[in-house]
Amino acid sequence: MNILAIDTSNDAMGIAIYQQDKVIAEYVSINKNKHSTRLMPAIAQVMEDANVTPRDLTKIVVAKGPGSYTGVRIGLSVAKTMAWSLQIPVVAVSSLEILALQAKAMQQLICPFFDARRGLVFTGLYQFNSGEFTTVREDQNILFENWLEQVKSLNQAIIFISPDLSIYQDLIQEKLGELAIFLPEGFHNARPSLLAIAGKDRTGEELHSLQPSYLRLVEAEAKWLEEQKEKQHE
Amino acid sequence: MSEQKETYILAIETSCDETAAAIIKDGTEVVANVVATQIESHKRFGGVVPEIASRHHVEQMTIVLEEVFAKANMTMEQIDAVAVTEGPGLVGALLVGVSSAKALAYAHQKPLIGVHHIAGHIYANRLQEEFTFPLLALVVSGGHTELILMKEHGVFEVIGETRDDAAGEAYDKVARTLDLPYPGGPEVDRLAQLGEDTLSFPRAWLEEDSYDFSFSGLKSAVINTLHNAKQKGNDLKRENIAASFQASVIDVLTEKTYRAAKDHQVNQVIIAGGVAANKGLRASLEEKFKEESIQLSIPPLWLCTDNAAMIGAAGTIAYQKGNRAGWDMNANPGLDLESYGMRGRS
Ligand SMILES: [Zn+2]
Repeated sequence: MNILAIDTSNDAMGIAIYQQDKVIAEYVSINKNKHSTRLMPAIAQVMEDANVTPRDLTKIVVAKGPGSYTGVRIGLSVAKTMAWSLQIPVVAVSSLEILALQAKAMQQLICPFFDARRGLVFTGLYQFNSGEFTTVREDQNILFENWLEQVKSLNQAIIFISPDLSIYQDLIQEKLGELAIFLPEGFHNARPSLLAIAGKDRTGEELHSLQPSYLRLVEAEAKWLEEQKEKQHE
Repeated sequence: MSEQKETYILAIETSCDETAAAIIKDGTEVVANVVATQIESHKRFGGVVPEIASRHHVEQMTIVLEEVFAKANMTMEQIDAVAVTEGPGLVGALLVGVSSAKALAYAHQKPLIGVHHIAGHIYANRLQEEFTFPLLALVVSGGHTELILMKEHGVFEVIGETRDDAAGEAYDKVARTLDLPYPGGPEVDRLAQLGEDTLSFPRAWLEEDSYDFSFSGLKSAVINTLHNAKQKGNDLKRENIAASFQASVIDVLTEKTYRAAKDHQVNQVIIAGGVAANKGLRASLEEKFKEESIQLSIPPLWLCTDNAAMIGAAGTIAYQKGNRAGWDMNANPGLDLESYGMRGRS
């Protein structure tokens, strides 16, 4: 078993190799907007360090977003094309789920999120019960204030994980008070090793139809749909 | 001379709204060519929406690749190198092709080659007939109106270009003014065939010795004429507006191409790019060069619009010149044609 894990969905670019029963290489670099030039050289380097050739790969696990549209597309394009041409399965994992995995040992609700600007976030709600993973609330694109109101009504402690925590920590504290738990520094960036582990036992996707999880319509499309609706009401 | 092994290039093109892949033999022969067009998806917006184009490319890429290999009855092992459009184009769209090309090349340890989109348009002609240098290429598309002089393979000298709008852009805007459906170029061409040049719009000749173009004045003239006619309650025939507009564009393109060809004593004139599909332009150039010993090459329609076969044809030249891209290759929406042609030269 040789699994290549790729995550270019957000600011952190991550690559890992999982072999037999352990992670044998992992590379993380936080450098916004450089994924296009840095991904393939990094993959080549990590593979070489791990002494794995493309032919040795048995599966590719990729972060499918939400996140940067371009970033997600770079990762998915590489993962899909490589898996297709090597005839190996590809598994796609939510970028929010990958963040949540950092609290896998905890019992509480987990809220991973990425800043999506103008007060919006990409977020979801997850929970682990003795290692078993459940999605409590689906990944979504929502005003963080509204989201915090919603999850507050659950009246349970929630662990917040996000590379963008500093932007929202005060707001979370204000809204949730003692219900909010923050992981220590160093636990707020997605780890490609956890991505590899999350995908290792999952069955592959239908390759051609595998799509990024954008969680947002293109503006022009949203406007067009709105116009169609109005026309129908006329 | 010893028998040389054939060269097979796999090419990918995603610079705008076509997801395309092709396999080309020796730079001159199309083994397989697949184009997945998105025109239908962009029609409702009246133009290409870059983010939607990028999303479609991710949906189509592996499907198109699978189809091209199936058609060619070949595998990646038989491919010598992977060529991909590096620019110019829409950056998000280009990135899908570049990322996929890198993945293919890396997975099978093949050389990677970046190709200039316009070099591709010119080299589309080499899939029809061999080049004879020096040659002049008129490249006309939605984003380009250029006269390019070539004295040898892979080296380009831009001797004329548009100072404002590309010819294709002017076509699209006029089409919109005439309420024609997207894509407007072919619609204007179709309508023009039914009308006559009754309005004598201006021809932008610019300076006497310039091979440059300008279409914004013409575009404004068309819009103003229509506007004034409407205000006065005059009913202008749309066919005649289209015909008059087209006549102005074609006059300038034909005349400048002819003059540049004579001045530089070229042996061949090549028409390339989407607008090369224009019936009026084809007829006018054929008429103009009828009496000349200069060979006029106009590719079939499927080679004029964006495709990957042309990228494979141009990529073969880059491959033979020894130009290789690194794994850090990026999409370059502003890639310059002349400096692209100087790659690999010290
Ligand atoms: Zn083009």
